[in-house]
Amino acid sequence: MPIELYRIDDRLVHGQVVVGWGQPLNITFVVLVDDIIATSDWEQELYRMGAPPEMTVTFETVESATAKLAEYQSRAAHGILLAGDIDTMRRLVERSGTINHVNIGGIHHRAGRTARLRYVFLTPEEEVSLREMGAGGVTITAQDVPATTPVPLDEVLAGTGE
Amino acid sequence: MTSSAGGVAVERRAIVAGHGDFAQGVVSAVQAITGKGDAFRAISNCDLGAAALEELIRATVDANAVRVIFTDLPAGSCTIAARRVAREVPWLTVVSGANLSVLLAWAMGTDDSAAGVERAVERGRSAMTVLPGPKETLPVEGGGAH
Repeated sequence: MPIELYRIDDRLVHGQVVVGWGQPLNITFVVLVDDIIATSDWEQELYRMGAPPEMTVTFETVESATAKLAEYQSRAAHGILLAGDIDTMRRLVERSGTINHVNIGGIHHRAGRTARLRYVFLTPEEEVSLREMGAGGVTITAQDVPATTPVPLDEVLAGTGE
Repeated sequence: MTSSAGGVAVERRAIVAGHGDFAQGVVSAVQAITGKGDAFRAISNCDLGAAALEELIRATVDANAVRVIFTDLPAGSCTIAARRVAREVPWLTVVSGANLSVLLAWAMGTDDSAAGVERAVERGRSAMTVLPGPKETLPVEGGGAH
């Protein structure tokens, strides 16, 4: 079974991922891709500690994730791959060439970002990056939890934060 | 709400942080039961990114001399943010999986040490129990009970 969800979420491992998606998808492993966290034992312990015992969390840089992605995708177990920002996911998408669908799970407010959905705020540069990723053949939708309807990228970018 | 530290009365403050309206709801329950809801500052992670949530918790700790942070889910963003703040504030204790009973026990106590918090946590743990239902008290069919 391939990785079930390729998710951009600035909260990384948290309730929506572990419980909201994790339980219905029977997720047993999480691949957290972040160049900084992958080099910090303290950060890794922080995220491992939050995961339930039946769920492993593995930390990768973009480079190491690219190298190991085929192995993760070929596992029998179900997994989620997490990136905390668009740039990280985009680099992984471009290097791997095997990611066809990206989920925007949460990109929250900060200076310079405009509200697009309740849980999606984007800078103009981030919007361009998402459009380019989409133009490259990746289906991008926003969906915070499984019970909600996926929002296509065009609708996300036309949104006003409602 | 005050306690005595070295003979000086100090306000005891804790944060309750969680998903949705968890914190506001459980603090309102503490207030209804004990009148000590003011001991808690309720924080919701709703619509907050990781950095903003961490900053809100840090500011609340600083502004209220908080010594304990109660969170709902061990895997939740509130717990992650609280642990990040606690890394910089040595006297902070973070308790995840909080329920009403642990908050009541903490609110009614006076001990902010790690041992005092642990005692409150034990009250919260012991409150979680499966109570026998009606089926277990009904006589077995044909068992002769009248």
